Amino acid sequence: MRISGLLLLILLASCKNETNGNQDVETNEEIEITMLPDLEVYDFEGLKPLLKTASDSVYVINFWATWCAPCIKEMPYFEAINKNYKDKKVVVTLVSLDFPKKYDSHLKPFIRDNNIKSRVVVLNDADSNTWIPEIHPDWSGAIPATLIYNKHKRAFYEQPFTYKELETELQKFLN
Amino acid sequence: MKKIKGLLAIVAIVVLSGFGTISNGYKVGDIASDFRLKNVNGNMVSLSDYNDANGFIVIFTSNTCPYSVSYEDRIIALDKKYAPKGYPVIAIMPNNTTMQPGDNMEAMQRRAQSKGFTFPYLIDEGQKIYPQYGATKTPQVYILQKTSAGNQVKYIGAIDDNYQDASAVQTKYAENAVESLLSGQPIKVTETRAIGCSIKF
Repeated sequence: MRISGLLLLILLASCKNETNGNQDVETNEEIEITMLPDLEVYDFEGLKPLLKTASDSVYVINFWATWCAPCIKEMPYFEAINKNYKDKKVVVTLVSLDFPKKYDSHLKPFIRDNNIKSRVVVLNDADSNTWIPEIHPDWSGAIPATLIYNKHKRAFYEQPFTYKELETELQKFLN
Repeated sequence: MKKIKGLLAIVAIVVLSGFGTISNGYKVGDIASDFRLKNVNGNMVSLSDYNDANGFIVIFTSNTCPYSVSYEDRIIALDKKYAPKGYPVIAIMPNNTTMQPGDNMEAMQRRAQSKGFTFPYLIDEGQKIYPQYGATKTPQVYILQKTSAGNQVKYIGAIDDNYQDASAVQTKYAENAVESLLSGQPIKVTETRAIGCSIKF
């Protein structure tokens, strides 16, 4: 452990040396542009508290990944719901199923570049046969998939949404 | 009036069952219908071509789905291990290639060649076969056993319990199912679920 700490120090020091020649202003700008968001990564046990509530809010949980084209297509609708229904106690959470090796190369840049405002969490739990039926008995495991729930009821959708369709389903939880 | 009501009821049933097609498809114990689909080498392939097979490991898979790609080496290993024992892998690409050009025949041919697929990689042209099976995503496995009544579905689901890391697998669902069939034992786990890419239609 100590050795790796030492290695890190040496690496950091050598990085610093390399950038010594650059102008300070330029370096600062570069850091700002490339800064990536932190991720909340959970296994299924960690995700579970996000799947039920005792509060009066309505929760919209969307399962997605950066490589899933229909997920990316519908994402703006979830973002819009999150924005338009914020004061109606609707909370959107985007649960990414991206592979860990893609977090830095794909997921974090995606969140940053698309300026995602909804809460993003990552589910990293390989034993999907155990947790898929726990999220919903009807889920085959295909994404996109969406769970909408409040303290009284829940509904599951293994399908992509349009904004209108999503809003229609959400309304059933608001009346 | 009664007649009209009856008619309405029938219409309702037809419409509702139409909506339910996503979850329809084969259950364990059903007899799977045969197909005639184009392979990457240009030949047409049917299950009935395999006179010596005792059954099949039918896998709906694709080029473009990272989960499928993650399983490619394991699918090849399944075929190498079980084709000689009478259970060859038959891979079927179910996506609409207009929606997903990366899965078209040329791309399938390139993938089959570069990975050295030892099994047929068929295209579900017209997308008639995957709905019969009830496949919803790639990869998805159907293990069939030849019986006098036809090819009976014995297992539906995942290849194993770790899509990310082949070396961290605890349970090899598909292998266990085939091993049970080979030894004449009942299959312990006949259905499993895994995350996959929804089939594009």
